[in-house]
Amino acid sequence: MISITHYLIFSSALFCVGLAGVLSRRNAIVVLIGIELMLNAGNLNFIAFWRFGPNPQPLAGVMFAIFSIAIAAAEAAVGLALIMAMYRHFKTTDLDKLSSLKG
Amino acid sequence: MQIAFYIFSLLMIAGAVAAVSLRKPIHCALSLTVSLAAVAGHFVLLGAEFVGFAQILVYVGAVAVLMVFVVLLTRENTPGEGLGVGRWMIGAGVAAGVFGVLAACVLASKAVWNPGVQPEATARRIGEQLMSTYVLPMEALGLLLTAAAIGAVVVAMQDKKRI
Repeated sequence: MISITHYLIFSSALFCVGLAGVLSRRNAIVVLIGIELMLNAGNLNFIAFWRFGPNPQPLAGVMFAIFSIAIAAAEAAVGLALIMAMYRHFKTTDLDKLSSLKG
Repeated sequence: MQIAFYIFSLLMIAGAVAAVSLRKPIHCALSLTVSLAAVAGHFVLLGAEFVGFAQILVYVGAVAVLMVFVVLLTRENTPGEGLGVGRWMIGAGVAAGVFGVLAACVLASKAVWNPGVQPEATARRIGEQLMSTYVLPMEALGLLLTAAAIGAVVVAMQDKKRI
């Protein structure tokens, strides 16, 4: 029987894969991909807790996940627009080359 | 049920690992699609069909296509980043530490979660709740999405006048 522990372990693995990508990649698009993976791990946790937990309000977990997906979509749109503006300005998507603010 | 769970989990983790470790960004974006589709399969397995379909529509449909477009529009002349081993050691080390802490916490938890009855989450009930209990958050979300769409267009627009 699949319990909530399985879901929590796999979603934390997904979160940590995304975290490793965010920390070690230099391409801005791949960093954004890592952030999306981490957000999806959170969504999976919401749904798993909704399914296995007591339900005082029957649809609260589903609503939380739907709102989270919508906010993640807005975040992806703005982030990709920022990457486009950055590419137009600096002609690169390498985050290590964006060191103008470094003293 | 169990076989489906492990297949989806394998696809999810394998797609995620490919998405953060492949060299070309276009391959990363396409691997992300595999991982997110597997997450949608998990949602369907858990009884949240509507969220699963929303995940397919929003992530596999919209966000992945957006990412592929941005990858195509920001094509660089350099042949792709050389992945430094030192950076990978640091990133993977920190991520492995975080995973160890999370897994230890989950496995040490004494909380008892019993599945109980499957909560009913049909699209009809979700729609009724969205229009009654959650109408204010939904309006706020609509405002946020409108602002994000306009903001994305403004940020990505070419500004020739200012320069």
